[in-house]
This record gives sequence, structure tokens and C-alpha cells, in this order.
Amino acid sequence: MSEVLIRGVGLTKAFGGVPVLQDASIALRAGEVHALCGENGAGKSTLAKLLAGIHAPTAGTIESGGGGVALIPQEPQTFPDLSVAENLFLGRPPRKFGLIDWKTLHAEATRWLEIVGASLDPRASVRGLSVADRQLIELASALSQNARVLLLDETTASLTPSEVERLAGLILRLKGEGCAIGLVSHRLEEIFAFCDRVTVLRDGLVVGERAISETNPAELVRLMVGRESLAAVPRSASGPPAPGNGGEPAVVRLEARGLTRRKKFENISLTVNAGEIVGLAGLVGAGRTEVARALFGLLPLDSGEIFLDGEKVKINSPKDAMALKIALVPEDRQRQGALLPWSLWQNASLAGLPPGWLKPGAEKDLARTWIERLDVRCQSEGQALSELSGGNQQKMVLAKWLATNPQILILDEPTRGVDVGAKARIHEEIQARKDSGVAVLVISSDLPEILALSDRLYVLRAGKLAGEFSRADATPETVMAAAAGGSPNPNNGEPNKAVALSGSPLSGLGEPR
Amino acid sequence: MTRRELPLLVALALLVGVVGGIQPRFFSLDNLKSILLWVPLLAVVALGQMTVILTRGVDVSVGAILALAGMGTALVLRDHPNLNLFLAALLSTALGAVLGAVNGGLVALGRVPAIVATLGTLGIYRGLTFLISGGRQVSEYELPRGLASWSNEGPFGQNLFPWVVLLALVCAGAMQVFLTRTRGGRTLYALGGNPDAAAWHGLPVRSATFWNYVLCGAGAGLAGILYASRYGTVNPATIGTGFELLVIAAVVIGGVSVFGGVGSVPGVLLGCLLLGTINVALSVLSIAATWQLAVYGAVILLAVLFDDLSARRLRRTLTGEETL
Amino acid sequence: MKNNVAEWVVGGLLLVAFAVSAALVPGFRDVAYLFDRSTLLTETGLLALALTPLIVAGHIDLSCTAILALVGVIAATLAARLGVPFGLCLVLCPALGAGLGALNGYLVGRRGLPSLVVTIGTMALFRGAAQILAGDSSISVPAAFQGIHHLTLPKTYFHVPMLIYLFLALALGTLLHKTAFGRKIYAVGTSPEAARYSGVPVGSVVFRLFVLSGTVAGLGAALLLSRLGVARYDNARGWELDAITAVVLGGTSIFGGRGTIVGTVLALALVGIVQTGLGVAGIKAEVQVAAIGALLIFAILLGNALRRR
Repeated sequence: MSEVLIRGVGLTKAFGGVPVLQDASIALRAGEVHALCGENGAGKSTLAKLLAGIHAPTAGTIESGGGGVALIPQEPQTFPDLSVAENLFLGRPPRKFGLIDWKTLHAEATRWLEIVGASLDPRASVRGLSVADRQLIELASALSQNARVLLLDETTASLTPSEVERLAGLILRLKGEGCAIGLVSHRLEEIFAFCDRVTVLRDGLVVGERAISETNPAELVRLMVGRESLAAVPRSASGPPAPGNGGEPAVVRLEARGLTRRKKFENISLTVNAGEIVGLAGLVGAGRTEVARALFGLLPLDSGEIFLDGEKVKINSPKDAMALKIALVPEDRQRQGALLPWSLWQNASLAGLPPGWLKPGAEKDLARTWIERLDVRCQSEGQALSELSGGNQQKMVLAKWLATNPQILILDEPTRGVDVGAKARIHEEIQARKDSGVAVLVISSDLPEILALSDRLYVLRAGKLAGEFSRADATPETVMAAAAGGSPNPNNGEPNKAVALSGSPLSGLGEPR
Repeated sequence: MTRRELPLLVALALLVGVVGGIQPRFFSLDNLKSILLWVPLLAVVALGQMTVILTRGVDVSVGAILALAGMGTALVLRDHPNLNLFLAALLSTALGAVLGAVNGGLVALGRVPAIVATLGTLGIYRGLTFLISGGRQVSEYELPRGLASWSNEGPFGQNLFPWVVLLALVCAGAMQVFLTRTRGGRTLYALGGNPDAAAWHGLPVRSATFWNYVLCGAGAGLAGILYASRYGTVNPATIGTGFELLVIAAVVIGGVSVFGGVGSVPGVLLGCLLLGTINVALSVLSIAATWQLAVYGAVILLAVLFDDLSARRLRRTLTGEETL
Repeated sequence: MKNNVAEWVVGGLLLVAFAVSAALVPGFRDVAYLFDRSTLLTETGLLALALTPLIVAGHIDLSCTAILALVGVIAATLAARLGVPFGLCLVLCPALGAGLGALNGYLVGRRGLPSLVVTIGTMALFRGAAQILAGDSSISVPAAFQGIHHLTLPKTYFHVPMLIYLFLALALGTLLHKTAFGRKIYAVGTSPEAARYSGVPVGSVVFRLFVLSGTVAGLGAALLLSRLGVARYDNARGWELDAITAVVLGGTSIFGGRGTIVGTVLALALVGIVQTGLGVAGIKAEVQVAAIGALLIFAILLGNALRRR
């Protein structure tokens, strides 16, 4: 085995007396990509932060085999008002006579940007750059500081497939040059696509370490969840839309005709029937979220019409949308979905709050009902939402909207960053809503999820409708091909490599190979 | 960088052109001089305030610091008329820096929100100004004659550029170098643009914040002696009252964003110059002095509206996104 | 108690201040005297009450006292030149104030501009307008206008401005803490984006709060006019800082999302008692500001320390 660049032994970390990581040991070796996986709150990010020296361990030791350690977070920590070069050499710009030497700075920055394969102008402001580009700046910065251990914390979570592809190429190159890469992820497809070794954490404990060649997705899921295969996405038995069961014709609940918003999306027409789950697939940035926001009155339309039960409606604000019994569970839980400092019950009641006097008793009862129904792990309904794990926070955001008893439910990335258990519970609830006749529109970048949930599927590409698939026609290959704009032949140009990454059979979470 | 300075120059040129067109007397040397003389006091404080606003803070105590440092220095000069004036200027600046350090300590170490901390010290410094002066003013005849000459005489012919103007220009030049060419200056932009990331990268957030307020206080302190030089009389009830609002106005008009991370020295100087020019223009046009405040208010509102419109246009062309 | 640290701190300070003043200052226990002194604070108190929900929503209105001055000048002009009766002015003043507040509300709530900068601008604009109208002179109002603060509830010391203050405190406390609209104000202050995604009409909430602030400032203008008998463009100058001090001292977070009317009421009482105590002890008003400033900083630091424990 190759040289160990960093080794953590018996690492324990507690925040305010609550242990989040216990007695964890791990070794990252030169020329190896080592995945850290586990459910949310399993302690994998904490382990990465201990290795990077961002937190000091409560107990245990870290031995470094030389070379710096750098952690690249999911949301790049860059400065919008500084230039690319300044971000790269933050806090240590080359200086002449005590003053910043801009010329050398730009030359050096150019060199490091080339090394990570980023085609960016070092003088340009970072404001407006994509997440992927900003991650590359951070990677370049780490390398320029002699980092030989690179820890990537959920770095791929907000990247498009082609950006993931670019990053994967870079990771493999750095691995070849003798870096040790630690990849925090819960995307199994990634782990099997480009990792060599995996450490699985559960509830703050290391529950296993495997060479990738000696394990399979089913085993990893079992280790992560601690149970036998929890089929994350049960393909509902009912198949076609529920009302079809009795042979009655489907009722079109929501119809959009020619929705257009400049630079966002163009001429989008779609229908969602009562008792049907319709998927809206596509790459990040294809305009899916914007369509959802427009349907909920958060983004004004330039043109197009919306019909509800055949009647033309105007939706200019969330208030209009809510009056029409539309609900939107937004993609960004932290910023859009939840009021984190608030208690659970105040969060649960906010959307459905009737005007006039508050009735805290009724609000708490409502919250308790939903906590029980969605199996939210908490101490009480009076606890602050910020104290819950991501998955449980998401359940409360869902509860807030289900409590308004919507007839049209729009879900934008309903299970992003949510652990396997919570994901299954959320999927069950979506199915239950569908069965009770609600029209559901789901947006997800998780291809297996959207394929399993949807009775019908629209694909957006660059703001335009790129295809409509029945449940039978929708396969990972056909959908990704429509989304990325290539043929379903996986050996045909760059976008389709992304298909291999995101849509390969590997991603059939929980299906033993 | 020129996104702000250019429109300001255009506005200034328009103002000068229109006022000069109506009243050619506007172009007289005297008027030019009064504009130039009006700016330095505002500019040295505005430069410090700018760095504070740049990091998403605000210092509403600058008027009170100016008053306390100015009054303290005036009292020392009254009792020691032979004191070297440069030492007096240093004293005034140092007093301001110490008062700024109190603000910095409260904000950086005590974690008191900037506006609250400086609102509190505003009261304290005002009270102290009254206490040390016993409520009595220091009159012109009690101050050394050389002090007034700073505002009246200069190295060049006609005394067009009095010493105080040159001093303000030197301060601005130093600030420009600090903000664009030193690590400390760039740290302030970083801090203002993304405070979370600054902490993440281990930038010295606390010490940068602390020294930021010290710097701002030093500027206000220097302005204290400039005030004494310009007006001759230092009255505890009137010195620097409401000055903080004028300063914030100049900074905002100069294009510094209250959301942090955006702003430049030339912009702030132009903001000060615009306010000074309006001041003189009103009197040249024989518009009653009572109009000045309302005109300032209108200019501030126009500046924020302009910022908003240009930001919206930029956002729309870049992404098609529209807020609200 | 963790959630209400600030209210406990200010309540405790209030007790201490009262005990110290009562022990050291003869005549302080004279209730009539205290009530008489309280008239000086009622206009500031009204402004502080109206600013509380606005600051809870994450905004600030520095122009409220400029509104007060402008409305006062307009009302005095109407009364002096056109003989408009006081009763009508009592209705007209709040309406005028509401109109001026609506301008702030439009710029901040509808256009999304930063309230600090906007209200510095409108502060100069409104006070400047008052200066244009009144110049440097004082506009006197007829005798019928004056002395509202001498009218008391029979057999009590409660004078009319105090009654208005108490009524407003009760009304705003109910609005903020007992109604859905109040909950939405907290939502806006905690996270405007999450509030918008939860269907809270953020812009309209903010708009209404600025109108409220303007309306109360207009009401304050009528009361001040009646108390002083004259309107000047520089009336109430700087009081906005006193009002904000009281709100923040009472535990309202300047960043929004946290704060109560009870806290503001307690803080105002504290400020009133400290000022009265110092005044009776012969300390000048110009120096009292230092004590209030120190009190503000001390209370915030104490609250921070207690909360961290």
C-alpha cells in the first residue's frame, strides 16, 4: 500500500457535550480517492473538518505525513468583490515593498488556474461565477499552498453532470500525481465511479471500511442505514395515474400553456392530472426551478396562460397561488423553506395561518399531528428547527405545506441532502397525497428518484421543453439524453459521459448488482 | 470601478454647467475656493466611514468623536497657546483613534451590533464633550492664530488650495493605496463581501473590524481640529451635530454599498464634492439656505434609486432575474 | 427565560434604577412629579412603540422625527393661517404622517431599497421641507391648541398623552404578539426570503409598518404642538436616536426577528427614571445622554453575556 498522507486515530468530537463523532480512525493514502459516506448527521463532514484542522478533536490524534490539508466545502467560500487572482492568493498575495504586486499575482494565478483546468480571467471579479468555477478557484488555491490532501465535502452536490465530469477528471489527475483525495458524499454512483476506498459512518461511528472493488451498493446502503436494504424509492404498484384505476378519464387539474420568461424558460406547456405525479427533469440550470417559481407566483411571466380545472387563472403572488390551493416546497431548505430559529410549531403553521387572532394551542396540536405522521425526530414541538437534522427539517417544511391541504403540490428537490430514512418517509407521503387525488409536480436532480416517483415526466433543456415521457418510456438513458441533448449512446460525446455518471445502473440505490 | 465614478462626474458636470449657465458668477475664484474649503472636513470623516460601511458596519458616532476630539484639542490649545500645531493635530487624531477603539472593542470583542454600539457611544461622547468644556465654548480669540491660517492659506498662488485641502488629498491618496495595494485593505473588501467565508479562511476578522473603527475614529478626530481651524469657534452644543448623517450621505452618494464590499475612494471624494458644490450653488443661485437640507435629501434618494436601477438592469441583462 | 433575557435585564435595571433614585433623591417618590415628568417622554415613547414592529421586521425609520417636525409645521401653519380647529388637526396630523410614511414604505417595501439609506434621505427631505415652509421661525398656534398634557383623567394623574401612549402600547402589543399579522412581521425580520416562500407578502408588510410609523409620528406632532404651543422645523431633532435607543435597550434585535412591546415599554420607563433621577440630582440634560448611552451598551453586553452562558 502507498504512503499514508494523513491518519486520524480514535477521533472524537463533541459539540456542547453532544458527541457527533466517536473513536473514528481513518487513513488517507497518496494516489487514492477515499470516500466518506453515511446518512446526514452520521459525522462524515465532522471527520473531514477534524482532518483539515478546522475543528480540534475532543479526543484522538491526527498524524500528518507531510504536505498541507485542504477542505473544499460544498458552497465555495469565495469573496464576490475580489478578483479571481485575489481569491486564489487570499491573505498571501505576492508583495513588493510591502504593497501588493498585481503583476506577479496575476501571472501566478494564471499558472494555477491552468493547472486545475479552469479557463478564467484572473482579473475578473468572482461575483457571478458558477459554483463549479468557484470550487476550482478553491482547489487551485489549495494546490498553490502545497496541499497534498484534498478533502471535498459534498462538492458535487450542486454541480451539473458535465461539471461533475470535469471535476472527476481533475480528481483522477491529482490522484495520479500523488495527492490523497477524501470525498464526502452520499451519492453512491460517484463513490463507485471514481473512488478506490470507502469509509462508512453511522451515528458518529465508523461502521466499516472497504476497498471499492470488494463491496457493492447494497452493502454500503446496509452499512449506512444499519438495516437490510431500505428500498429508497418504491416504484408504486399502481403504475398509471390513480383515477385510471376505476377507468374514469383523468381530470386535468393544472395546465400551463406557452409559459415564457425571458432568459429563463420559453414556451413551456404542461399538464398535471388530479392523482398524478408528474416529474420535471433536466440539468441544473435548465429552468425547472424557475417554472415552479412562476407557477407559485414568485417569478412574473412574460407570456403564457395557466388553467386550473379548465379555468384560466392569474397567479401574481404566492398569495394568489395559495388561494388556488397550490403549494411549493422550495429547493433551498435553509434559506427558503425554513425559519431556522423558530420553533417547530411556528414553522408548521406559518403558511396556513388564518388571518386574525393567533391560536397557539391549535398550532401546537397541528404541529404534533404532523411530527407524528411524518415521524419527525425531535424533543418537542417547541424545539427550534435549527436543532434538527436536515432530513427532519425537510419533513417540517413539507408539513408546513401539507397542512394547507393543497390540491396542487409542487416539490423542488424534496429530498436533496436528506438521509435515506427520511427520504423514504417523504416519498411515502408524496404517494399518499397522490392517492388522495392531489396533482403533484416533482423536480429532482436525483434521476432514480424522479423516475421512480413520476407517472409521467417532462424534460427541460436550456429553458425549453425537450421531451415528455410516459412511465414506460422513461429510462435513465432516454431522460438523460433528452436533458443533455445527445443520443442515448453513451460513447457519443461529453454530455453522455454524464449519463454514465448520473444515470448508470449503479445509481439504482439499494438494488444489489 | 468606473461604474459609479462616471455617473457622478456627469452629475457634477451637469450641475456646474446648469448653475454656471444661469449665474456665470458661479465660476468665480471665490466660489471655487468655498467649494474646495467645504470638502476636506467632510472627506476625512467620509473616508473612514467608508471603510466601516464597506464591512457592513456603520459608525453613527463620528459626529460625536469629531466634537469630543475637537473640543479636547481646543481646550488644550486654549491653555497652552504655544503648543506646536502639528502636535495638536496629532493629538486630535489620536483622541479620535482612542474613541474609535472603544467602538471597535464593543463591535469586535463585545459583539454589539455596530449601529447600537455607536449609538451608545454617540451619547457618551456628546455628554463628555459637554462635561470637559463645562458647557462653554472656546472662542476664536482663545485659539492660536496659526490654526485658522490652515484653512485660509496654501502653498500655491491665490491660496486656491488651502493646506486643509492638501491634507485631505493626502489622506485620500493614502487611503487609496491602503485599499487597493495592501493586504489589510483587501481584507476589508473580502470581509464586506462575504463575512462567513472570511471566518472560514481564517482571515483576522476581529482585529480587522477593530482597527477599522480605530481608523474611522482617527479620521473623525483629525476632522475635529480641522473644524476648529475652519470655524474658529468650538461650541459644545453645535460642533458636529448631525454630521454623521451628512457623512453617511456622502459615502452612499459616492457609491459605497450598505450591503458591503463595494466602494472606492474616488467615488467617496466625488460624493463629498457633489454635496459641497450643491451647497455653494444654492447660495450662488440666491436660493435660501433653508433649501439645502431638502435638496440633500432629494440627492440621497436619487442616488439610491440610481444604484437600484443600474443594478436591476445589470441583473436583468446577466440573468433575466428580477427581484420582488 | 433564555428567550427573554433582554426583557429580564431591562426589568432588573428598572428596579435598580427606581430603588436607587427613590433612596437617594428626595421628592422622587412623589407620584405627581413623576407623571408630570413623563410628559416629556411621551412623544419619544410613541415613536419607540411604532418603531418596535418595524425594527422587528428588520428595518429602521430614521425619518420619523422629521415627519413629526414637518407635520407639526404644516398643522401649525393651517391653524395659524386658516384657523383649522385642533380637533380637525388631531385627525389631519396622523393622516399627513401616514402619507409621508407611505413614501418610505414605497421605497423600502415595494422597491426593495435599504431602509437605513432611504430614511436618511427622507429625513433630510422632510426636515428640509419643514425648513422651507417655516424658515428659522417658530409658528405659534392658538391657545385652544395648547395644554393637552394638562388634561387628566378625573382623580388620577393620567394625562391624555400618557393615555394615548398606554393605548398604543396595548394595541401594538396585541398586534405584534397575538395576531397572524404580528407573526408575519417576525417572519419578515427572521428571513425575508423564507417568509416570501411561505406566502407572506413581505413588501406589503413592510409598507404597512412604515405607514404605521408615519401615522404615529403625525400623532406625536399634534401632541408636541399642543405641549409646546409652537412648531419649528427643528422640533424633535435627534429624538429618533432616543427612540431607537429605547427599542434596542428593550431587547429588540437591530437585525430583526426578535423583540417585544413589553421590552420597549420597560426600557422607556427605565430611560425616564434615569433621566428624572439624574435631573433631580442636578445633572444637566446634555450630560444625561452619556448615561443613557452607557446604559444601552451595558444592557446589550449584559444580555450577550447571559445568553452565552
